[in-house]
Amino acid sequence: MRHILSLLMENEAGALSRVSGLFSARAFNIESLIVAPTEDSTVSRMTVVTSGSDAIIEQITKQLNKLVDVIKVVDLNEFRHIERELMLIKLIAQNECRDEAKRMVDIFRGRIIDVTENTYTIEMTGTSEKLDAFIESLDNSMILEVVRSGVSGLSRGDKATQS
Amino acid sequence: MAKKKEILRGAEIFCRALKDEGVKHLFGYPGGAVLHIYDALYKQDAIEHVLVRHEQGATHAADGYARATGRPGVVLVTSGPGATNAVTGIATAYLDSIPLIVFTGQVATHMIGNDAFQEVDSMGITRPCVKHNFLVKDVKDLAATIKKAFYVATSGRPGPVVIDIPKDITADSCEYDYPQEIELRSYRPVVKGHPGQIKKAAKLLLSAKKPMIYSGGGVVLSEASNELTEFSQLLGYPVTNTLMGLGAYPATDKQFVGMLGMHGTYEANMGMHHCDLLIAIGARFDDRVTGDLEKFCPYAKIIQIDIDPSSIAKNVPVDVPIVGDVRYVLSDLISILKNGKGKPDIKALEDWWKQIYDWKKLDCLKFDRTTDVIKPQYVVEKLWELTKGDAYVTSDVGQHQMWAAQFYPFDKPRRWINSGGLGTMGFGLPAAMGVKLAFPDETVACISGEASLVMCIQELSTCLQYNTPIKILSLNNRYMGMVRQWQEFFYSSRYSHSYMEALPDFVKMAESYGHVGMRIEKSSDVEGAIKEALELKERTVLMDFVTDQTENVYPMIAAGKGHHEMHLSTDANRELA
Ligand SMILES: Cc1cc2nc3c(=O)[nH]c(=O)nc-3n(C[C@H](O)[C@H](O)[C@H](O)COP(=O)(O)OP(=O)(O)OC[C@H]3O[C@@H](n4cnc5c(N)ncnc54)[C@H](O)[C@@H]3O)c2cc1C
Ligand SMILES: Cc1ncc(C[n+]2csc(CCOP(=O)(O)OP(=O)(O)O)c2C)c(N)n1
Ligand SMILES: [Mg+2]
Repeated sequence: MRHILSLLMENEAGALSRVSGLFSARAFNIESLIVAPTEDSTVSRMTVVTSGSDAIIEQITKQLNKLVDVIKVVDLNEFRHIERELMLIKLIAQNECRDEAKRMVDIFRGRIIDVTENTYTIEMTGTSEKLDAFIESLDNSMILEVVRSGVSGLSRGDKATQS
Repeated sequence: MAKKKEILRGAEIFCRALKDEGVKHLFGYPGGAVLHIYDALYKQDAIEHVLVRHEQGATHAADGYARATGRPGVVLVTSGPGATNAVTGIATAYLDSIPLIVFTGQVATHMIGNDAFQEVDSMGITRPCVKHNFLVKDVKDLAATIKKAFYVATSGRPGPVVIDIPKDITADSCEYDYPQEIELRSYRPVVKGHPGQIKKAAKLLLSAKKPMIYSGGGVVLSEASNELTEFSQLLGYPVTNTLMGLGAYPATDKQFVGMLGMHGTYEANMGMHHCDLLIAIGARFDDRVTGDLEKFCPYAKIIQIDIDPSSIAKNVPVDVPIVGDVRYVLSDLISILKNGKGKPDIKALEDWWKQIYDWKKLDCLKFDRTTDVIKPQYVVEKLWELTKGDAYVTSDVGQHQMWAAQFYPFDKPRRWINSGGLGTMGFGLPAAMGVKLAFPDETVACISGEASLVMCIQELSTCLQYNTPIKILSLNNRYMGMVRQWQEFFYSSRYSHSYMEALPDFVKMAESYGHVGMRIEKSSDVEGAIKEALELKERTVLMDFVTDQTENVYPMIAAGKGHHEMHLSTDANRELA
């Protein structure tokens, strides 16, 4: 099953390689991994999307917790949570395709952020599923380039994950 | 009035911090990146520097020192090849959870990443085989980093920690202030076990009819031998130890059924297969222990005590997990057992022991005592007798290691020193040297094989220089015996590259290093030779025992088999099986 793990780590050089190294050394899956500083400059937040059986997810969480630089690991699947991913996508938008592209962007609540005679560049956020759905709804030959940020997430409600 | 702080250079901070940590011995080898440190070492006398002959030897010696004393071993090597040579020893310590502090020199900060002379990414190379590693980027962080390293290496589940120090940091100076204590918000090992879980475990323990106590290296690391012994004797249950746990429970006690696993005893493995309750104490269900997981302990409820949550239920599902230090958890269990009303089921236990004694009658470790060809088992047995079971014994990797484990019953922890997890040939000799430095008055023996021994043979020089008179017993079967055994069993005796041709003259070799060499060819000479060697208290002695080339280690559980599917020797009383 797909899980979103949210980590707080000491903002030290090499922190990212400790986590990515752990995943590769132990043959765990990584679907996406993002890392950025938080409001506290000594702490980074990492969000990892991974998949595996319950036993594997348990091992992943335990192994992550064991890393000396990791302050906290939360499996967002255990909570009601929100996930978002940002996608930038450049489409061929010529002639009759141009209107069609615009219509699809509107349906999926994306925004056109750059326009040329031949292309649209679109910004879209949502769950990974929604972004997948948008891509699937397009004719493959329209797509010039896709960049996705990877998933970030937070639990719903009043609770916060703190260091 | 606050004491005025001294201004020291990084290299001096290094020496002072080690002194403040109470470090007595530093195993090292110099090179460009650490020359400032070597200069500072020259000017002090609190720490004895032991000059090894290869950086692998430094890490193994420090590792042996740590295993014997319980204190962390400390190593200093230069950048580049110094660091890479140390990696095997670091990984060896990592897999057996041994506390080491390894300082690697590094090129100057402004040169890092420049493919500078003798630069390697030591942080990257060691990351997967350390508990943690640090790169020091400012001399002001040096003292606190050393403090953190000692704390991390020795607390929780211990392990090696690497500190990479660029050369310019050792030249820079700052105020010296060694922290008394350190706290890391991201690292807080659990020590006390959960009371509810401990109660549950006690109840389950008392309801067992066929219990087994399976304990491992965690008991040694936790200094919990007394607690394990008291706990086991309160219950009267059979105890088996892993290779890493030997000595944690007295092997000559009647409740001890021997080592378990691939080369464990018949009674220990059959006990595992048939038990209805298993309590794992500081043991990590290694594949050499479990055999085929599908067939592992099919009838048992399982309790597991471990300080590392990731060891719990990693390979085998567990009914009652307890995270904590075994010493604390066992103490809690002992007080519940002592104060509670429940008692073990005496009747069931009697039947269980009867069954175990029947298995024991098979005499699975029996070997031929009638030939004058030296049987390797006999050599180990004689060493045990002549040292009254009280020596420190290190070992290498192979058949000789298994025979040492099987035929030298250890009654005390920290006496049996071997590389179990990584299985590193070359470990035994430098490890013995490290032990002897820690305990100059104790007998230290290294049981090795002719192939393993030469992997770190250069350390014989170090033994001479630092006067560490160890006794090396090489069980020379002219084969990589363990490899040969597998080839005999699983590759129709095609002995591909496992024969040791062109072996050196070990007697002359020992002599050329300034030690005593002996060659022993007949069984009847074994006892006399060991006696003579032990009497040469001031000398390192290399005993080259020419042993039976075809001897195999039994019992053996082949890959993919269960505990009840052991391969037995022809000498065992098979009809009983
Ligand atoms: C040739 C060869 C053959 C081998 N054959 C066998 C064999 O037949 N039988 C066998 O048993 N092994 C054998 N081994 C060794 C095997 O590979 C493993 O190294 C060994 O079984 C592991 O022992 P352990 O489970 O005690 O774990 P260790 O590696 O000693 O791990 C200790 C465990 O205790 C935990 N721990 C540490 N400190 C504490 C504490 N304070 N409190 C609580 N828990 C703690 C750790 O987290 C860890 O889970 C062989 C090795 C070689 C090289
Ligand atoms: C560094 C290293 N290389 C290879 C191995 C694989 N290996 C395990 S046992 C063994 C043979 C050991 O031979 P020897 O030291 O003579 O011991 P014996 O089995 O003959 O007692 C080998 C090659 C290892 N464990 N370590
Ligand atoms: Mg051999």
